[in-house]
Parts: sequence; structure tokens; C-alpha cells
Amino acid sequence: MAETTLPKITVALATQPAGTPTSLIEVQDLSLSYGAAQALKSISLGIGEKVVTAFIGPSGCGKSTLLRCFNRMNDLIDNVRIQGSVKIAQQDIYSQEVDVIELRKRVGMVFQKSNPFPKSIFENVAYGLRLQGITRNSQLAAAVEESLRQAALWEEVKDRLHTSGLGLSGGQQQRLCIARAIAIKPEIILMDEPASALDPIATTRVEELILDLKKDYTIVIVTHNMQQAARISDFTAFFYLGELVEYGTTSKIFTNPAKKQTEDYVTGRFG
Amino acid sequence: MTSAGTTTHANDFTGKKGRRFRAARIDWASLLGTGATGLATLLIVAILGIILGNIFINGLPHVSWRFVSTGTATDMFDVNKAGILPMIFGTTARVILMTLFVLPMGVLTAIYLTEYARIHSPFTRIIRGAVNNLAGVPSIVFGLFGAGFFVHFIGRGMDSALQSGGAIVWGQPALIWASATLAVMTLPVVIIATEESLRAIPQGLREASLALGASKLETIIKIVLPQAVPGIMTGAILAISRAAGEVAPILFTGAAYYMRDLPSSLHDQFMDLGYHVFILSTQSPNVDKTRPLLYATVLVLLCLTFMLNIVAIFVRAKMRKKARMLH
Repeated sequence: MAETTLPKITVALATQPAGTPTSLIEVQDLSLSYGAAQALKSISLGIGEKVVTAFIGPSGCGKSTLLRCFNRMNDLIDNVRIQGSVKIAQQDIYSQEVDVIELRKRVGMVFQKSNPFPKSIFENVAYGLRLQGITRNSQLAAAVEESLRQAALWEEVKDRLHTSGLGLSGGQQQRLCIARAIAIKPEIILMDEPASALDPIATTRVEELILDLKKDYTIVIVTHNMQQAARISDFTAFFYLGELVEYGTTSKIFTNPAKKQTEDYVTGRFG
Repeated sequence: MTSAGTTTHANDFTGKKGRRFRAARIDWASLLGTGATGLATLLIVAILGIILGNIFINGLPHVSWRFVSTGTATDMFDVNKAGILPMIFGTTARVILMTLFVLPMGVLTAIYLTEYARIHSPFTRIIRGAVNNLAGVPSIVFGLFGAGFFVHFIGRGMDSALQSGGAIVWGQPALIWASATLAVMTLPVVIIATEESLRAIPQGLREASLALGASKLETIIKIVLPQAVPGIMTGAILAISRAAGEVAPILFTGAAYYMRDLPSSLHDQFMDLGYHVFILSTQSPNVDKTRPLLYATVLVLLCLTFMLNIVAIFVRAKMRKKARMLH
């Protein structure tokens, strides 16, 4: 019922919010459509380095789609048309000369549904390293341990590294996926609702982990959970129906939003 | 609303307190359903039992070590003299060879259809339709196709390309062409089984691999295929079951009525258990003398088919355990 009273969005003004360091990801006039359905409508925003940026908004608002533009996961879907540009470290990632495999090594991703490979815990983390041609066991072992430690999973799994990753609990599986993503040392980690399938305790652990990872990585997280966005992000972008409604520091978005719509959404009046 | 509803319900229930339950009546519809379906099942089991029992009772006394380990040198229609080693060898060889042909072809096709082709493009639809239609083609047609395509076109072509000096080496019915013909016949089974197992693999696994910087090919080889192995093995089992007892496809492409020696190369003809059963039942000069031999041969054919299946099922079970990686 709140949806009917929502005013029509006319402007999607988005500049880099004040206080951001130089932006690592720069989105310029990005539009995307699946066949006839337009999912993103001329989005522009800049995302800073080594901060946590949260994308919030109701289902179908395009936040996941935008996230998947950053590592070109949308390439896998037929009939996707993309206009505008996405630049990472000043380079247009959709230009012809960009190797998408190289891009995905630098822009890691953690998915909504934890998806460990049906391999051992060790092999899950080592997968990306093996792809890069690393075969020395000592080197692999060191990297696997480091990644699992960073993902706060090492203590729980160090005695069963060679058992199946599928034998872990849901929260552990998701942290395994995070370990797997950071093992190849990406610059950016994209997280698509990483905690939405987890219980509150596992969610807290993942959130703590994200705050910890912020020191070394640029993190963009899509979340349905408003409290989560408020707790862990430095910047928040609110999307609605494929448009960027408001983008700013998290404290501003949650305490003093510029737009009525944003306020309605973050206070839980709709969505 | 809800509380009111519950109250009414509770009243209803307590209101009928003390009333006796209605006496059970015979449910004729249910009885009929159970009876009809049960009877049909019983009939099937009975038919199978009669067939197998008949073969076992009449065949087993004549199966001996001599029977399965010697050739047909003296009299191929006399149960006391004939052996069927060449047929066991021929059938086993053509089934194994067929599996070697059909698995790579079928698996590659299935990978193309699920991983590379666009699902809804007309091209993919045509291929899929063709695969399904191929499954419905009568086996004798495959036999004729094999004779025309493999024996005459490919075989003769090889002979002239290899310059056999006018001699026919490859351009005649042979073990390799019979196996190839069977492979074409069983291709749809393998393609469909593999495709199903590939589609059952969660998209999330492919995405996870790609997101870690794997190429599509690396993802297929390292993540997708290991998961699909049990499904591929199911395809192989079905293909073996179908092919082991088939006679029509090998009639013009490689099966021999009689051979003194075992085949020694891929371009030799071979004797086949199924075809031999046909020969025993139609060509014997003394039907009564041949009948026990016929029973024994059929029994061996059944056992061989069964054994080839068991091996494949065993391999699949091992692979499945490995693919699931659950322990």
C-alpha cells in the first residue's frame, strides 16, 4: 500500500559522496536491459577504495544486476544489452581489450547461496590458485591457511582440511566461499546478499569478517537487511526500480536522507 | 477471526463427544485400484519369471567350461561338440568398442548442447529434435546405414586412401564398423543421460568457478564434468544394455555366420552371441539336437549382458561417491 503513494522518480542524480577517497569503481550512465525489460536506468556512481559500500533497495530494484556488472557476470546471460561505462582503476572493463578472466581475478565475488565446490575444504580454497598455475604444495598450503585465517575459519577446519567443503554448516560454507574468493588476492570483493541464508550468529560472524576485510579490500555488498547495511557499510546507495535514488555516507542515508523515498525505505515504511 | 474460528471448531468437536464413529464400509474403488495395479505387476513378474526360469532350467545343464572356452570347430549345431567362445569374445569386443566410440561423441554433444549452445535457438532445437528422432529409428535401419556409410563409404575410402593395392582391407563388414554402427544407434541414450546430469548441476557452481577467474573450458573440465560422471555412466549402462543383445545393426556390418579363428584385428569380422542364437534357431539341420544348445547360448547371452551391466553399475557407484565428495 505504501508503493502506491510513492512519488515518481524523475532525477537520478548521483555524484560521489563527500569524503570519499578517489573512487576505484566509476559507473557512468550505465543502462542494462534483459531483452525488453530494463533493469538499470542510467546509473552513475563512484565507489571508493577500501571502504564498504552497501547497495540497498527492494527486490528487483537492480542492485544485484549492478553488482554483477562489476565482474561481468551478466555476460553469461543471453540477451543482455549494456550501455554506458564501468571503469575500474580508470579502465573501462567493457572495452574490447579487457580480458574478462583477468578482470574476475581482480574482482572477486561471494554469492547469496553459499556454493562450495564438491571438493575438499583445501581444494576449494586452492581452486583459484591452481587456475593461476600454482602447483607447489608448500605454496598452496601457505596460501590456503592464510585465506582461511583471514576468513576466520582456520581454527574450525584446520584439522579437517581434506574433508568435503559440503560437510560444513551454512555459515562455515559461506566463510569458506569468502576464503576462496580472497585466496586469489582480488582488489575488490563483491558480495551478493552473503548473509541472507544464514542464522543470526553466523550472520554476525560474516559481518565481523567484512569489517575486518575492509582493511585490505574494497567491498561492495548487496543486502536486504537495513540493519546490516547500517552496521557494516561506510557508504550506502539506495536503488528503486532500476534507478539510483540516493547515494551517500551510511550515516546520512540512515539518519538524514535527502529524499522522502529513501527515508520511507530505511525506516521500513515500504519495501 | 482466527480465535473465533478455533472456538467454533472446538465446540463442534466437543459437541460430538460420545458419538460413535461411523462403521467402516468396503471401499470398492480402492480395492479395484489395488487389485488392478497389483495384478498387472504380478503378471509382469510372472512373465519374467517364466522366461528366465525356462532358460535357466533348460540351459544350465548344458553350460560347461568346455562350452564357454572352445570354438565351433567340429559341429556348430551339436550341443556335445559346439563351444561358444568366439561369440562371447565377439559380443564383448563389439560392446566395449562401441562404448569407446559412443561415450566421447555423446558426452561432447551433450556438453555442447548444455554449456555452449543457446537453449532456445532454432539450431539447438533442431539438434535436440534430431537426437530424439534418432532414438526412434528401427535398428535394422541403423544396420543398413552402417553398411552404406561405414563399410562402403568410410571403409572403401580408407582402402583407396591407404592404397591397399586393390585389396579390400577396411571396406568390408568388420568389428570396427559394427561397433561404430551400434555407437550411432546408442548415441541418443548417452546424449540424453549426459545432458540431464549436466543440467542438474547447480548454476551456482559454474558461476563460482567463473568468478574465480576460470575460463569456460576450465570450469567444464574441473567442475562440471566430474559432477556429471555418474550421469554419463548411466548413459553408458543404458547404451550397453541396449546394444549387447542387438543383432540387426551388426547383420550387414560385421557379424559372421562362421569363422574358424577369433578376430585378430579391427577390420576382421566376428561371431556374435545374438546372431548365433538366430543361426541356431533357423539354420539347424536337426532341431531337437540343437535345442539344448540354443538354451545354453541364450543363457550365456543373458549372463554376459548382465555382467557388462554390473561392471558399469559398479564403476558408476565408485564415481558417484567420488563426485559427491561426501564423507
